[in-house]
Amino acid sequence: MTTLADPHTESFRLSMLLNDTRYRSLTFQFIALVAIIAFMAFVGGNLVRNLAAAGLNISYEFLGSQAGYDINQRPIEYTSQSTHGRAALVGLLNTLIVAFLACITATIIGVIAGVLRLSNNWIVSKLMSFYVEIFRNVPVLIWILIIFSIMINTAPAPRDFRGDDPAASMWLFDTIAVTNRGVYIPKPVWGEGSLLVLGVFLASIVGIFLFRRYARKQLFDHGRLIPTFWPSVGLFFIPAILAQLVLGSPISLDYPSLQGFNFRGGITILGSLIALWFALAIYTGAFIAENVRAGILAISKGQTEAAGALGLRPNRIMSLVVLPQALRVIIPPLISQYLNITKNSSLAIAVGYMDVTGTLGGITLLQTGRAIETVLLLMLFYLTISLLISFFMNIFNERMKLQER
Amino acid sequence: MSDTHAQTVAFVRETEIPPAPPPASQAGAVKWVRENLFSGPFNTIMTLLALYFIYKIFMGAFPWFANGVWDAGSIRECRDKVTASGAETGACFAVLVDRWDHLMFGFKYPADAYWRPLVAFLVMLVAIAPVLFSKVFPRKMLILTALYPFLAFWLIWGGSLWVPLTILAAIIVTGMIFKFVESLDVGARTILAAVVGAGAGAGLAYLLFTGAQELWFIAGSIGNATILTLISSTLFMALSVFTYAMFIPMGIFVGYAIYNDAEDGGLVTIVTSLAAIYVMLAYLLGPVSGTLNSIIPIELQAVPSRDMGGYMLCMILGVVCVSLSIPLGIILALGRQSNMPLIKGVCVVFIEFIRGVPLITLLFVANVMLAYFMPPESNFDLILRVIIMITMFSSAYIAEVIRGGLAALPKGQYEAADSLGLNYTQATRLIILPQALKISIPGIVNVAVGLFKDTTLVSVISMFDIVGMIRGPIQQSTDWISIYWEVYLFAALVFFVVCYSISQYSQWLERQLNTSHR
Repeated sequence: MTTLADPHTESFRLSMLLNDTRYRSLTFQFIALVAIIAFMAFVGGNLVRNLAAAGLNISYEFLGSQAGYDINQRPIEYTSQSTHGRAALVGLLNTLIVAFLACITATIIGVIAGVLRLSNNWIVSKLMSFYVEIFRNVPVLIWILIIFSIMINTAPAPRDFRGDDPAASMWLFDTIAVTNRGVYIPKPVWGEGSLLVLGVFLASIVGIFLFRRYARKQLFDHGRLIPTFWPSVGLFFIPAILAQLVLGSPISLDYPSLQGFNFRGGITILGSLIALWFALAIYTGAFIAENVRAGILAISKGQTEAAGALGLRPNRIMSLVVLPQALRVIIPPLISQYLNITKNSSLAIAVGYMDVTGTLGGITLLQTGRAIETVLLLMLFYLTISLLISFFMNIFNERMKLQER
Repeated sequence: MSDTHAQTVAFVRETEIPPAPPPASQAGAVKWVRENLFSGPFNTIMTLLALYFIYKIFMGAFPWFANGVWDAGSIRECRDKVTASGAETGACFAVLVDRWDHLMFGFKYPADAYWRPLVAFLVMLVAIAPVLFSKVFPRKMLILTALYPFLAFWLIWGGSLWVPLTILAAIIVTGMIFKFVESLDVGARTILAAVVGAGAGAGLAYLLFTGAQELWFIAGSIGNATILTLISSTLFMALSVFTYAMFIPMGIFVGYAIYNDAEDGGLVTIVTSLAAIYVMLAYLLGPVSGTLNSIIPIELQAVPSRDMGGYMLCMILGVVCVSLSIPLGIILALGRQSNMPLIKGVCVVFIEFIRGVPLITLLFVANVMLAYFMPPESNFDLILRVIIMITMFSSAYIAEVIRGGLAALPKGQYEAADSLGLNYTQATRLIILPQALKISIPGIVNVAVGLFKDTTLVSVISMFDIVGMIRGPIQQSTDWISIYWEVYLFAALVFFVVCYSISQYSQWLERQLNTSHR
């Protein structure tokens, strides 16, 4: 008869820390921890010594002191009397503005180019391939500099607009002036009652959402197809315009006009902002085009054929069957393209657009000599933006995900 | 019925009609044009629009290009020549001829040494060939690839040949030590293990000791004002006490562990080799290479890093950073997959941090901040600092690409490796990594191309790479003031050629490595 012995329990030996896979990971982590602590201590000790030698200390007090430099593009009130902190804030807003503009433009360009590259028109698809390959394979910095050079070298100077027979003229019924100092566009003036118009506009946007939801419910519950596109467009424009007319045009536009040596009035968009915006948009648009193309190609032909067999018309096949599935493939890389735009907008420093790298990481750093503090703040800012963008886009991504039941 | 039909047939053809060509509208160019360009009203409009667009571009660019002046000393002379020839517009390519050397090598690299980077570049093409086209070139050429870094370093930076040769010798000697220790019998290895273990334990303990000293120092230098400093100070104190307390046990433990491992042999060989190469590089490099050089001087004129510039700088940064960041990226990706929480955490924080900030801020770190973290008397070369930061940057991206490859591997591959009894190193090296890397090739190439393009960003921290060269010394010189189309298009062309060929190569490689059976 065999007796079942208890499994032999080994007593713990020191060498098991190295030879036994159960304990080995602990050993390695401990050694890694020691190394990290030693490294941190080494770096920190050097930092303390170097700062002491330079007579510096880590302090963020400089953010409260007077900046003393001008910022040419400022979305909020700022003068050279303002503080460094406010300058950083202006730069931060400038970064967000250019990133936002570039993201939208790049998406539009990318979607158009991506769809056109799949066109069965040979010339058009080849043209789009050229666009994608040329813009993808050349550094974005070079594109920024090229567009900036075009802006300041080939656009007419403000004085060309003067005289009875001017060399240059304004665009769109004398409302937009493109000059080598920047582009001047009309600026809205908020008069009495403009809040009401704005309210009507916001309400009509809410109305569009409600209407679309109602239409979808009708479609799903009763199979009734209500057209949504034209009613939405109408709802978007008509109530606000009506309100504007009824209330006697409370929102008016301040047009730029040539006064003295330069244009006055309106909103000035600097050449550097335009260079950055367009360069980022066309550069990233080429990448987005590839993502869009890959997304559409990833949808198997059977889906289109099945939808066709159900009797759907081509545009409905696109909007109800192909696009919703393609979006799942397109959105994740799109998120990282948006992040890339935001990070690449730091190249503003090359053309003198005062984004946060230009103010906080540029002039403030030079003036105060506080390298560590400014660079850390800069990194913190970009990290926050990156994490926020990917957080929101991931939520969106989650909602678009295939619902498996 | 069929009968009646058979009766009604009046004529049966007995010969075949010779095949006729399809109608002209259904064959050849006409059919192609109809199908691809004018298949519908919308398509026709698109074609016409595209043709108009191409026509405008061509009419705008061609005269400018065709009337280009290739031989002039300044932009004024250029313009005069163009107007003298009666043309309205004309490019001024003369700037490329005039400043070719500067665009390629920067404006401070000694002119009589231009052949050196050129040779380094040509040899690079030879050295990289067996890696890129492993089926065409013999494997023995890989020896040249291994030697190439030393040769290129000597050619580009100059100085004594004996410095890279001594480093090479140190690496070879380390390899020989590794082989030798592996071949020792158990008795000899036990003795060696005891010695090495004691040394390594003492080394680690020394590391701890200096770390603790630094912690004391930091804690002491923090002021005594607020609660926060009090807390951090206490934390530092606690940590330093901890490390002090671990000083001796640590040494004993490591020594014992290595001693105990002697029968296995793995750790002894690794630690011995590491210790040997550390000693050789830290203490023997200077004296040995100095002595050898005084006996047989083989020297090239030394060029300091700050004199490098132009396209050469982009190439150096691109090649060095890509080749360094691939192994680093693999390590980071494996670390992120690891089930050790500490290692995993460090890797995750590193990757996410680096990916969250733009490269420019990292270059700022290299430029203004890194010096604060180095020992006071050390003077780090700017190119080296930039290389470190760019390598960290791209390795984080490569790590994410490889992580994708690792995640894409079916779980069965890991289980199969386990069931074969392979340990972690063997499984990773033989089964997991080859497949994961194959999946990640397109991604890695994308990162590499992106990195190569990003080398232009060093112009922002006033280094004179090709873009910095154009923006600074060329556009601001009196001869070539504010010239932009010609130089920027040239820079764009240079980058396009390299990046486009790399991406074409990667597509070719993907097809080559496609082992799936379809």
